[in-house]
Amino acid sequence: MSTMTTSASKATDPTPANKNKSRPRTPAEWVLMVLATLGALLIVFPMLLLLLNAFKSPADYANSSPLDFPEALDFTGLQTFWETQNFPRALWNSIFISTMVAVLAVILSVLNSFAIGIGRVKGRTWIVLAFLMANLIPQEMLFDPLFRLYDDLGLLSNPWSVIITFTVIQAAFGTYLLSSLLGTFPKEILEAAAVDGASRAKILRSVIVPIIRPTLSVLMVFFFIWTWNEFLLPLAFLNTSDSLTVPLLLEQLNGERQTDTTTLIAGTLISIIPTIIFFLIFQRTLTRGITAGAVK
Amino acid sequence: MSSSLPLVREKRRSKRRIEPARIPERGGGKLGYWLYFIPGAIAVGLIIFYPLVRNLRLSFFHWRGGRAEEQFAGLDNWIALFGDQEFIQSFQNIFLVIIAMVIVPTLLGLVISALLFDVVGRRFSGKLSSFLRATYYLPQILPIAVAGVMFSWILRPNESGVLNQFLSAITGNEVTVNWLGGSYGTAMASVMVLMIWIQIGYPVVIFMAALGRVEPQLYEAAELDGANWFERFRAITLPMIQPEVFVVSLTTTIAALKVFAPVFILTAGGPNKSTYVPSFYAYNEFINGTDKGYAAAIASSITIVVFVVAVIFIRVQNRVESKEA
Repeated sequence: MSTMTTSASKATDPTPANKNKSRPRTPAEWVLMVLATLGALLIVFPMLLLLLNAFKSPADYANSSPLDFPEALDFTGLQTFWETQNFPRALWNSIFISTMVAVLAVILSVLNSFAIGIGRVKGRTWIVLAFLMANLIPQEMLFDPLFRLYDDLGLLSNPWSVIITFTVIQAAFGTYLLSSLLGTFPKEILEAAAVDGASRAKILRSVIVPIIRPTLSVLMVFFFIWTWNEFLLPLAFLNTSDSLTVPLLLEQLNGERQTDTTTLIAGTLISIIPTIIFFLIFQRTLTRGITAGAVK
Repeated sequence: MSSSLPLVREKRRSKRRIEPARIPERGGGKLGYWLYFIPGAIAVGLIIFYPLVRNLRLSFFHWRGGRAEEQFAGLDNWIALFGDQEFIQSFQNIFLVIIAMVIVPTLLGLVISALLFDVVGRRFSGKLSSFLRATYYLPQILPIAVAGVMFSWILRPNESGVLNQFLSAITGNEVTVNWLGGSYGTAMASVMVLMIWIQIGYPVVIFMAALGRVEPQLYEAAELDGANWFERFRAITLPMIQPEVFVVSLTTTIAALKVFAPVFILTAGGPNKSTYVPSFYAYNEFINGTDKGYAAAIASSITIVVFVVAVIFIRVQNRVESKEA
């Protein structure tokens, strides 16, 4: 839930006032700028360490300091990781689960919030509160009953156990958010569509959804990344090596005693890469979603 | 997106009671809207509220799991919680988690966002400021499990650990601290550092967006009046971004109460169960414990605390809002 608001800020880039720049920068300002940059370096430092050590041979790693550059580029760690772990499978599982959740949760959120925000069904304040609770509920509260439910349904170690669970959890947040958005949806547009004789389903599909699409795509992006990063319930539900997601695969590798350190470092680096790519691609989508102002 | 304060906005509408649907229709019936709500209601009922009730019920039973019979326990499990040292310890640790996930990131976030916005953004370049902001934010979207594995590599014990080698190089002596398994102090501190590292980008990004909302004329006027940077920050910036500070504290406090992965990956609750947090304790009892009823009681107690905290926050914010109005 926390990251949702952050999307908003991507749009509002701090625009420097030009006249402010005319006076020369003071030494104090230089110091502060350097401090801010050093802080950012501190944040990426662990990842730089990974990069520095992922391409060392096991012998090189054992004999050098983690701050040294590798003697020569060596791909043993990467190769071992790739050969011993089914990373493509985990990557596919993560992509499949996160995509399904993002799409299904957005659809479910739209249907719910249509009834709540546009239809103004009775007791909607309580309904919204119930969805909020559903989103806040700690996962360990759901763990055992859901485990038994999926066990009965034969869905354990099946991606659908995680897809179903997180579709509902994310949709709870989406419903909550979209209900207030649709509660303020411009009345004139709805009236015009009704006068034209459009049915409810048609108004939802051809009028409302296109107008709130920017918000929906932002929701989808966040649902995707939140699901990608989930840990507790996937850890509980997905137990076969074929069903692991990227975080689970790495956690399992970390727990194996015989894992060679360079293999682990290489695996960690590889596990970070999809997130970085996602980050680079969707920074702009997020911005577009918000600058479009959703409904205005 | 106007989503930053969804918790607060929704409440107001409760005062207006029965309103017509927003799409005008001749039939005027609102019944049809329930059709759209059916899939959502079934889903949330089956996946959230049925497990919620079932787990709450289980907390009043003893159950070994599997084919064993459930035995009614009354309040046994709940009473046992209060005498359970591990349970108490796990909730005490939550205070440290709140320091690491709420207080430190919020304070650091205020400083860093002001630095990036006021100094880097205005006096250097907007691009650099955006780039640094993205860098601070990056750990937020990394899977916590992956970040945890990375940190546990850095914090390995003996001379093979990255941090130990680093410290050895600086001090000239061989440093062999067992950070994660040696003592409660170093283990908890390590977990807290990971949490701060993960959380810091969230307030930075939100506060920077809030700072963009403050009108520059206010600052210019204050500057003309001879107010220094700190005075301006206290008198203008802080009051203006108070709603964001509130949202950040609420969401991160709830996240802190539910925290699981950093502890699971870094310390697995050790050494000697000292770094237990409630969520990890409940999970561990469900998996390894002999009484799932007791595990359910732990999970239920966390759920109650989360709901209570959420309600308190919303109440407080509503009071503040109505005072302002």
